[in-house]
Amino acid sequence: MTRSAPGPSRNLPQYGALAAVLLANWLLFPDFFSIRLQDGRLFGSLIDVLNRGAPVALLAIGMTMVIATRGVDLSVGAVMAISGAVAATLTQAGWGLLPVLAASLGAGLLCGLWNGLLVAVLRIQPIIATLILMVAGRGIAQLVTEGQIVTFTSPGLAFIGSGSFLTVPMPVVITAVLLGVTALLVRMTALGLMIEAVGVNRLSSAGAGVNTPVVLIAVYVWCGLCAAVAGLVVAADIRGADANNAGLWLELDAILAVVVGGTSLLGGRFGLLLSVVGALILQAMNTGILLSGFKPEFNLIVKAGVLMVVLLLQSPTLTLFLPRPAGPRPAQPPVRPPTPPRAKPESPSPSAGA
Amino acid sequence: MIHRFLPLLVTSAVLVVGFLLCAAQFPAFASLRVVGNLLTDNAFLGITAVGMTFVILSGGIDLSVGAVIGFTTVLLAVLIEQGGWHPVSAFAAALAVAGGFGAAMGAVIHVFQMPPFIVTLAGMFVARGLGFVLSTDSIPINHPLYAELGDLALRFDGGGKLTLPALLMLGVVAAAVVCAHWTRFGANLYALGGNRQSAELMGVPVGRTTVAVYALSGLLAGLAGIVFSLYTGAGYSLAATGVELDTITAVVIGGTQLTGGYGYVIGTFIGLLIQGLIQTYITFDGSLSSWWTKIAIGVLLFVFILLQKGLLAVWTGRGGTPAEA
Repeated sequence: MTRSAPGPSRNLPQYGALAAVLLANWLLFPDFFSIRLQDGRLFGSLIDVLNRGAPVALLAIGMTMVIATRGVDLSVGAVMAISGAVAATLTQAGWGLLPVLAASLGAGLLCGLWNGLLVAVLRIQPIIATLILMVAGRGIAQLVTEGQIVTFTSPGLAFIGSGSFLTVPMPVVITAVLLGVTALLVRMTALGLMIEAVGVNRLSSAGAGVNTPVVLIAVYVWCGLCAAVAGLVVAADIRGADANNAGLWLELDAILAVVVGGTSLLGGRFGLLLSVVGALILQAMNTGILLSGFKPEFNLIVKAGVLMVVLLLQSPTLTLFLPRPAGPRPAQPPVRPPTPPRAKPESPSPSAGA
Repeated sequence: MIHRFLPLLVTSAVLVVGFLLCAAQFPAFASLRVVGNLLTDNAFLGITAVGMTFVILSGGIDLSVGAVIGFTTVLLAVLIEQGGWHPVSAFAAALAVAGGFGAAMGAVIHVFQMPPFIVTLAGMFVARGLGFVLSTDSIPINHPLYAELGDLALRFDGGGKLTLPALLMLGVVAAAVVCAHWTRFGANLYALGGNRQSAELMGVPVGRTTVAVYALSGLLAGLAGIVFSLYTGAGYSLAATGVELDTITAVVIGGTQLTGGYGYVIGTFIGLLIQGLIQTYITFDGSLSSWWTKIAIGVLLFVFILLQKGLLAVWTGRGGTPAEA
């Protein structure tokens, strides 16, 4: 469905869902949209949604491109923990802000490079390849912090998490900048097209002259970088690094944000902005549940409900029953070979019983 | 013939060599007590990993198992302590709920043709969420039957014992080996994992097998939840977080390929014992920090994957197929 209906109407469900969630929040909590300026920084529930949604949105930017190549990166949560641990430990050791940032982002790049090499060169399935770093990465982060929660007081580093630029909180600014840079990189060059080509069919894109290993490595490296930035933002926000809990299970939230944003797990067409919108939908729901006085326990169930609705809308089975958008259908072959109708092969087989 | 079993042989060799190295360093290691504890401590993981192996053999994945274990422990605690149920009827109810939950996920995966990864991810959120809704606190279970079951064990000389959880796990593994290799269901599973389209054309009931395998995984996760609540004597909605990854790791170390269709249940069991061995070694050593467990398992995972890739390359280089299973 996502690939057979190009054009602006394709993105309507995501924007509609975000609007609906925000509207529901506003109905439950009339002050939802009120924003006030205090001490040179904007405050309000809406700003809060943007600010708290930033780490998952940052992860989702990198994850979108990985998923577009028909991969997945399970290690982003662990990479967040590593980059936060590196930043906090080096700051405590007396390093300056710039070297700390460089080291922390460098750690993320290295993690991404490792994942990329496993997927592109050793041709290990992405889910397994990144599982290795997901398991070992948290151990590495604990090794860096020596099992302690490392805290720091450096105002420069803390600014990244809790400061503001032109009244906008820094995490929001950083997310916007990273989104802009990524969008420029993939949309103003052929890179985006190559990523989609690799995701649709790795073999034939290689045949068409795409350097698939380089594209894959680049995508995982960028995802590692995004995760490192997210780890920095989180560590700077709490002025400390908790190797056990930083970014724990956020890889799942990031994947969820990408899927809610409409990028198919089967690779191909992707939308960076839509993934960020997906992250904001999830965060807005979370905030709404907290504001409305429901127990936060319901959050997970609501999240699962949204996920199922989005998936059902994209399911090949269900789209058969939905009205097609008007206009000629593009004659594009489906990504997967179509499964034969299920009723046919089952009936004539004598051995189907038992 | 030998190359079909090579990953399994290597995994077993690593376990044996690892155990011998541990025993050489700590003479107390090679005792029935340590082995018994190794089995007891990993019993709930082993039961879950069997279900995961089946799902992965069929070409899918089940991320919900840890959450189902957590939910089961809370459900048991609430039914027994607050609902006044007898533990046995609570066990039956928990197994039915967990199995039904798995079957529902399998049905969604099959009917709507959705990726198992994301459907079971949603299942994970639902199961954890339901656990939270039942109770966010850890509820102790004080029924006398729990104490009795906890004491139940096959005792050996020298203080070694096989507890009920360990016996249950060994039983499940044995039954699973029979089920995977000597039943129609097992054959269907391998066929489905090997190639879904061909399996369908061969007359394998794809829908029924898919639903059954996820139901089985849910059921075993429910059983693991019962074992876990016996083991800890409490129900807690955050119990067993991350178990899905531990079991997937055990499956991979055990030589099963995540693309499906190739692997052995017994391999998973050995993979699990290797993980347990590393943990026990670090406990024995005392000076190593707990994070080395994670790093060691990560390295092991990497080495085993490389090994499998290498073997696969050798087979395909010869023009042979990795497995006719």
